[in-house]
Amino acid sequence: MASWYALVAVGLFIAGYILAGSRARAVAGGDYAGMHSLPTYHGLYTASLAFLPALFIFICGSFIAGQLATYSAISALPENIQSDVLRQGAALREAINIVRGGSPAAASAEVQSAAESYGSVLSAGQWATLALGMLAGFGGLSWGLSRVSMNFRARNNFEKLVHGLLWICATIAVLTTVGIVFSVVGETYRFFFDPDIKGKPTVFEFLFGTDWNPQAAMRADQGDIQTAYGFLPLLTGTLLITTIAIVVAGPLGLFSAIYLAEYASPRMRAIAKPILEILAGIPTVVLGFFAALTVAPYIRGWGEAFGLEVASESALAAGVVMGMMIIPFISSLSDDVINAVPQSLRDGAYAMGATKSETIRQVILPAALPGIVSAFMLAISRAIGETMIVVMAAGLAANLTFNPLDAVTTITVQIKTILVGDQEFDSAKTLAAFALGFVLFFVTLVLNFIALKVVQRYREQYD
Amino acid sequence: MDMRPDPLIMMTTQTAQATVAAKPKIVARNVNVFYGEKHALKDVSVDIPERSVTSFIGPSGCGKSTFLRCINRMNDTVPSCRVEGTILIDGKDIYDPALDPVQLRARVGMVFQKPNPFPKSIYDNVAYGPRIHGLSRSKGELDQIVEASLRKASLWEEVKDRLTDSGTGLSGGQQQRLCIARTIAINPEIILMDEPCSALDPIATARIEELMEELRHNFTIVIVTHSMQQAARVSQQTAFFHLGHVVEVGETPQIFTNPTDKRTQDYITGRFG
Amino acid sequence: MTDLTAGGVNAPAIRRVEFDTEEAKARLRRRYRSEFRFKVYGFAALAVTTTFLLLLLSSIVSKGIPGFFQNVIVTDVLVDAGKIDPEGNGDAATLRAGDYTAIARAALAEAIPGIEGRQLKKELNGLLSSGAGDALREQVLADPSLVGQRVKTQLLLADEADVFLKDSSTTIRTIADTRGIATPTGTTGDVTIFVGANDFADDIAEVKAELKAKAAAIMEAIERRKARGAGPESLKDLEREAADLRIRYEAAATSETLDSKTPSRLVAINGGIVKVKEMTPTLVKGEVIIPLKSTADAAPGTWQIRVYEKPESNRNLNDRGLTFLEALKAKGLVENRFNWAFFTTGDSREAELAGIQGALVGSILTLLVTIGLCLPIGVLAAIYLEEFAPKNRMTELIEININNLAAVPSIVFGLLGLAVFLNFFNLPRSAPLVGGLVLALLVLPTIIIASRAALKSVPPSIREAALGVGASHQQAVFHHVLPLAMPGIMTGTIIGMAHALGETAPLLMIGMIAFIVDVPTSLTQAATVLPVQIFLWSDLPEPAFKMKTAAAIMVLLAVLFVMNGLAIWLRKKFERRW
Repeated sequence: MASWYALVAVGLFIAGYILAGSRARAVAGGDYAGMHSLPTYHGLYTASLAFLPALFIFICGSFIAGQLATYSAISALPENIQSDVLRQGAALREAINIVRGGSPAAASAEVQSAAESYGSVLSAGQWATLALGMLAGFGGLSWGLSRVSMNFRARNNFEKLVHGLLWICATIAVLTTVGIVFSVVGETYRFFFDPDIKGKPTVFEFLFGTDWNPQAAMRADQGDIQTAYGFLPLLTGTLLITTIAIVVAGPLGLFSAIYLAEYASPRMRAIAKPILEILAGIPTVVLGFFAALTVAPYIRGWGEAFGLEVASESALAAGVVMGMMIIPFISSLSDDVINAVPQSLRDGAYAMGATKSETIRQVILPAALPGIVSAFMLAISRAIGETMIVVMAAGLAANLTFNPLDAVTTITVQIKTILVGDQEFDSAKTLAAFALGFVLFFVTLVLNFIALKVVQRYREQYD
Repeated sequence: MDMRPDPLIMMTTQTAQATVAAKPKIVARNVNVFYGEKHALKDVSVDIPERSVTSFIGPSGCGKSTFLRCINRMNDTVPSCRVEGTILIDGKDIYDPALDPVQLRARVGMVFQKPNPFPKSIYDNVAYGPRIHGLSRSKGELDQIVEASLRKASLWEEVKDRLTDSGTGLSGGQQQRLCIARTIAINPEIILMDEPCSALDPIATARIEELMEELRHNFTIVIVTHSMQQAARVSQQTAFFHLGHVVEVGETPQIFTNPTDKRTQDYITGRFG
Repeated sequence: MTDLTAGGVNAPAIRRVEFDTEEAKARLRRRYRSEFRFKVYGFAALAVTTTFLLLLLSSIVSKGIPGFFQNVIVTDVLVDAGKIDPEGNGDAATLRAGDYTAIARAALAEAIPGIEGRQLKKELNGLLSSGAGDALREQVLADPSLVGQRVKTQLLLADEADVFLKDSSTTIRTIADTRGIATPTGTTGDVTIFVGANDFADDIAEVKAELKAKAAAIMEAIERRKARGAGPESLKDLEREAADLRIRYEAAATSETLDSKTPSRLVAINGGIVKVKEMTPTLVKGEVIIPLKSTADAAPGTWQIRVYEKPESNRNLNDRGLTFLEALKAKGLVENRFNWAFFTTGDSREAELAGIQGALVGSILTLLVTIGLCLPIGVLAAIYLEEFAPKNRMTELIEININNLAAVPSIVFGLLGLAVFLNFFNLPRSAPLVGGLVLALLVLPTIIIASRAALKSVPPSIREAALGVGASHQQAVFHHVLPLAMPGIMTGTIIGMAHALGETAPLLMIGMIAFIVDVPTSLTQAATVLPVQIFLWSDLPEPAFKMKTAAAIMVLLAVLFVMNGLAIWLRKKFERRW
């Protein structure tokens, strides 16, 4: 169906361009200088008038058709399935799979009938959309054609449309944020307050509970395993790994930046910068593999040599490798802020007879401090949000501990664990992942926001 | 060292201030400076007398600031810069590899075009030099140095109640006087000033000029300036730089009233520059 | 100037900086030492970072290179018509469906003849991959006349055998200077070999020493745990094990039973191989793995003792498989070849059959969607913000938004994709379409920021010149500014794409983590991408998959290096200073 839509929309565009263009040429009769807009603009304007309404109707129509089809499929299901959110969702997914051409072999009769109902409504809706879209397109096309004349300001009108398009593109970033907020806040609200969700915690239990065990949520008969949604162990785990990462990456990144900005010869910089860029470009899944397969066994080996008990998925391994990940991040941001410190301050210190390191420690670093602090904040936000390294190298054990040799789990690991694989969208467990996502989004947003503000003010100070 | 008298640099003892014994503090001979391929200073030879103000004038890009930055080896911080020739202070070659630029700069202070106080308190700005060079043995002594320096820079009355405020919060003229106070806090023998008033308004400029007049009793001052009036007002000797050469050096009144070189005359009368 | 007259010239004299006193000299030395230290810190930080990177790359490369190779048995096989085309109709469908595994097994039985017994045969056939006959099938399909002929082909080894051959951690020690005459009691099954000298006395001593060392290690572990306060209950098992070992090594050296936790010992005699189960100094009891040719007496030196140093329980390949494999190797049939199939097959449960083509194609499809969306949207948004946006609240909001979005964790974009694209818009799960959409939103801020920088670097004079000849603002931008900014925009886009190519977490959220064998052919089909494939493989326990993971990482890194290199080249080539 999508290809039909595309075909029709593109056809309308081409038709509008050619028809209006040739019409304008005919109207002008060779006197293009006397015409307000070139025929090309008449063509483009009419083409847009034909294309845009059709496109709009196709997008809205296919969405509405999908919703209607879903609704009809649900109403085709028997009462007992309808009333149970979980079974309803499963049946619906199965029905949609059948319509999309999955294997219908195992489906029950109810699901089959739901699928039929879904399929018929969907195709009816889609055909209606196509017809409506074509109608609107032709309407736009003929209106555009009727406006072709010597004095019609086709270029200005087309440019208005383009301006609108540019604006829409720019607002997509805002829409993305709105989408994120909509998805995490909505689900988080349901997690805490939706009466249909069983086994959900209160906000207080979530924020201050010390046990995290969402896995037992689905099985009511397993009464001995208590479901728990205490967020604290995840918080401490995340903070522990982030702290290790910053302890590793902070000094290394900062000193690298200082060396590169103040001491290194151009040759040295030409070698060292690409090294940092390569490190920055390594995908986190690769770092996770390295952490789990190389670093973790090493740390375990050392620990045993000193008689310490090290978990095979220790926070230390994940933290150290995450530190590696953010070294280039800290060093490039710090490099920027150090270079932004005006030369006149350096000259002032050198002229007092300060050595290079005295100049750096006592003049440049204090001057660059706001920038460096915000670099660290951005790095912390990145470490908190990093997923793959901790998924692969830290464990699932929600231990409330600050021992770096123990296994801990993090917010991102739990989101990934809950949401990967089969999930029931309306269970407390799934919603918990969105609540965690909300926390993650909120925390990183605040950190980023403050850091960016600080950097901005810092830049203004020396510009 | 070739000490034969150069007709161009007749630094006689008959300066405006007869009280000043004008033996040369700084002696430069055949100084050439290159920035990469660019030949910025060509065979500059100048003598600068002790305890007086010497000004360098000339059009933009003539090399006067470059030469100034050679005297405390600030050019060392520019990687592509190469200096040839000899500069002696009190008869000692400052480009001797055994000489430490850090020591040199403690003896030759510098004030820059744009006021550049450190982003620290006023007190810490002035105390910075004494601290790194270990000039004070106690807090009280350091306080004394700070106060004395600020007084000498005629800033004390204005800032004595807010020594802990940031130095960057002062006005432009105050900032520049703070930079001067910072420089004299380590009591250098020579103070280099690179267009110290170009970023200041006329009132602030006047205060700095008065200050120079006071300071020259204790220090050897070399000032680069764009303004011929300023050179005439504050200096006892003037050197005119043009296209990397020193065209003429002499007593200030003589340079301004009776220059020997055509180029100097053209510059003074405003035909170029 | 009141304070000047008050204190100016007459102010207390400040000491001049001294350099000639001992104190000043010491002070200066101290300052220079600290200067040196500081510089060393900086250099060390860079060195440590570089070491990190080198460690990472060398660890990946050393693990990954074997992953690009595959051990195969290269031999002549009889393409038995009875097994693939009994009715002789010779059409492609029949030939395709033929039982090539049976032919491969027959070839193996030919290479090591005389293997009897279900268990041993199973072990022998277990050396072959379940896809061992695939190469032969291709050969026969390409040339049906091969049916009934002897053909040189390659048989794929199973991953355990393959890994064993690549991994050098199992050493095989051969004791050839045997002193007694050895007499086996049979040629197959359980046999006893009598030896005329104390040939096995050394072996028994060795085994006892090993048992003793092991017991000591267990005792040490018990002590450590006790010191940390472990209760006696938890230590019971360990204590019992240590006691058992002690009984064994303290017993008189008459007879020793070997188990899978000590190095295996085998006797090669009369063309066959016997695995030792029990030994005394002068005789061994064991099980024949490769049949002996006869029960004749073997003179000293003509028979050997072989020791597989790594205990059986620590290996993925057991003693029988290992023995068969060594026999095949001795015949020169095993070859290590570059595994082209790694690039031309999809995922598989069998490590030796798994390839990255499916993931590569999935990555390409996903990136096509990403670039198709975020390049036009990103560039147009950048043009709006840089050229047309009025200075108002809305613009400010958009700008703050973009900067913040660039730092939102990628997994949050996965949540967005899950909630909005999958659950709200009902788009298909695991599809490159949705993956591409999510990644497009993820890299959009990067591309907008890079494009804005590129647009900003075009000097206003160009714009003014176009406006000056009567172009509209849009014409000036689209005809003059945008083309000049294009290299910068492309550089930013390539870097953004490289970022998208390496991204994993958000794709897990939208289900691109399923096990998918088929190479995807459309945007809505279930697919996976290269980094997710790496993640999936890294989770599997088989050592062969670890090698494949590292190999896939090498491919991914190579693609990323090429992309970044391209970006740098573009930047260098079109760099223009205005």
